[in-house]
Amino acid sequence: MPANPFNGQTDYGIGIGLRVPHYRHILAKKPVVDWFEIISENFMVDGGRPLEILDSILEQYRVVQHGVSMYFGSADPLDREHLKKIKRLVKRTNTPWLSDHLCWGSVDGRYTHDLLPMPYTMAVAKHTAEKIKQASDFLEVPICVENVSSYAEYHQSNMTEWEFLSEVVERADCGILLDVNNIYVSSENHGFDPLEYVRYVPHHRVGQIHIAGHTRYDEVILDTHDHPVPDPVWRVYEEAIKLCGNTATLLEWDDSIPSFDEVHDEALKANRFLHEHAPLPI
Amino acid sequence: MSTLLCPSEIRSTAELKQIQRVMGAALMRPLTADDKMQTAWSDGRDMNLVVDEFMKPNDRMTAFARLEIYNKQYWFRLLDCLYDDYPGLRALLGQKRFHALSQAYITKYPSVSFTMRNLGGKLEQFIREEPKLTGAKQAMAIDVARYEWAQVLAFDEARSKPVSVDDLLGVNPDQLHLRLQPYLVLLDLDYAVDAYFTAVRKHEFGMRSESSNAKDGASRHATSKRVALPKKEEIWLAVHRHDNELYILRIEREAWHERQVKALQAEIDALRAKIEGKTT
Repeated sequence: MPANPFNGQTDYGIGIGLRVPHYRHILAKKPVVDWFEIISENFMVDGGRPLEILDSILEQYRVVQHGVSMYFGSADPLDREHLKKIKRLVKRTNTPWLSDHLCWGSVDGRYTHDLLPMPYTMAVAKHTAEKIKQASDFLEVPICVENVSSYAEYHQSNMTEWEFLSEVVERADCGILLDVNNIYVSSENHGFDPLEYVRYVPHHRVGQIHIAGHTRYDEVILDTHDHPVPDPVWRVYEEAIKLCGNTATLLEWDDSIPSFDEVHDEALKANRFLHEHAPLPI
Repeated sequence: MSTLLCPSEIRSTAELKQIQRVMGAALMRPLTADDKMQTAWSDGRDMNLVVDEFMKPNDRMTAFARLEIYNKQYWFRLLDCLYDDYPGLRALLGQKRFHALSQAYITKYPSVSFTMRNLGGKLEQFIREEPKLTGAKQAMAIDVARYEWAQVLAFDEARSKPVSVDDLLGVNPDQLHLRLQPYLVLLDLDYAVDAYFTAVRKHEFGMRSESSNAKDGASRHATSKRVALPKKEEIWLAVHRHDNELYILRIEREAWHERQVKALQAEIDALRAKIEGKTT
């Protein structure tokens, strides 16, 4: 839904990811953009240029934090010092919600710096939901968890990914950052219907949507974020918009990054779907 | 028959941890020389048997091939990070030796931070511990690694509030603990690494302008061949930032010592004098 408790009752429109190659253009030209998504970890530093850039952006734009290292699905407990760093940044950005991934990435204090898929079982869902609740309570800001793309599945899973995601967010009472590119990538890699996924999840919890491009190889699709959004992903997006309404949407473009205008134009293509398919407010 | 490494079901956090330990260990195992996943587990058993305990195949890929994607991603991501953060060390050692050093370093000291910014934090120590990996260039490599890590710190370490006289009023001078700004790193080096690094940067810039942004082994190899080695010269450097720009200053040996120790003592003495002046 456009505004809900999981995105801080905001109606942010279409944003793009803030990336280094565009800093100069954004600060000099001040283009009209609904909002920027930042990678939290890039600004969880104690000083220097990153924070100066962030403060300049915050003077002009609305910013939402997107993290890659809370690892709600890791068996290890949350790191309180890490949460304190995130909270300092939350106070700086005033992000109305923040997102991180439904994944694991570290074990016994060793970090893979990857977004690794989880085994989908009820015990793992309970453990993950508890960590999300702890993080949300500490950070005092709504959390949306993002479905990741994956290239592998576990024998130990006994639920579908969409059942697992729904179980986690209901138990944690948190939002969903629905990445429709990730749904499509995983559906091709694992052989499921992406629309079944989109239709199953609790739509009232979707606070934000991600769109992106990917790379198709003979045996697998990799989530590379280095292309425009392909048609099959737009089709999944269209279904999501029909079911969730006019939801804050963010284009991710992280590699082979073209000009700012090209990235922004690609993001604004989402408007076509929002205007044609989003249910009108009652 | 070997015991299984993974539980067949996950009904507890302990069982989740067990499977994550096995998968974590699998994807952190170094790649082979041709960038493939190793075919044997650490105890010698067939890697396929280990992977089959937790990964499913699909109609196009074996379980081994699916996990191999993550194994490659792990190594490429971390190796790329060191490649970007240590251009001077890379040029000094050459592409092949730098790659071997990086792989051995990440194997011994995997990342223990949420950010890859900290990945090189123990590289100087590692080069000292493993002299065979840098051979006759060990001393140079230590200096270059220290110099490049200092730049990481100077870039985004905290800027503490400078101490003023007013802050010290009423404070017992014997209990004062003054220290340098966290973003200021003082280096005493045996090689003229600053001049060497300038040459590396110039050379890399030249390479890029000639051959676009394509990163291939040939151009990286050429870089290592064409930059002259750092000259043996005892130098003292202050690596810091001002207005969020990085600065590297050569300073005199005496100034270096003063900034390290004597300047702090002098500052304390000066502040003491001012405090006494204000309070009498």
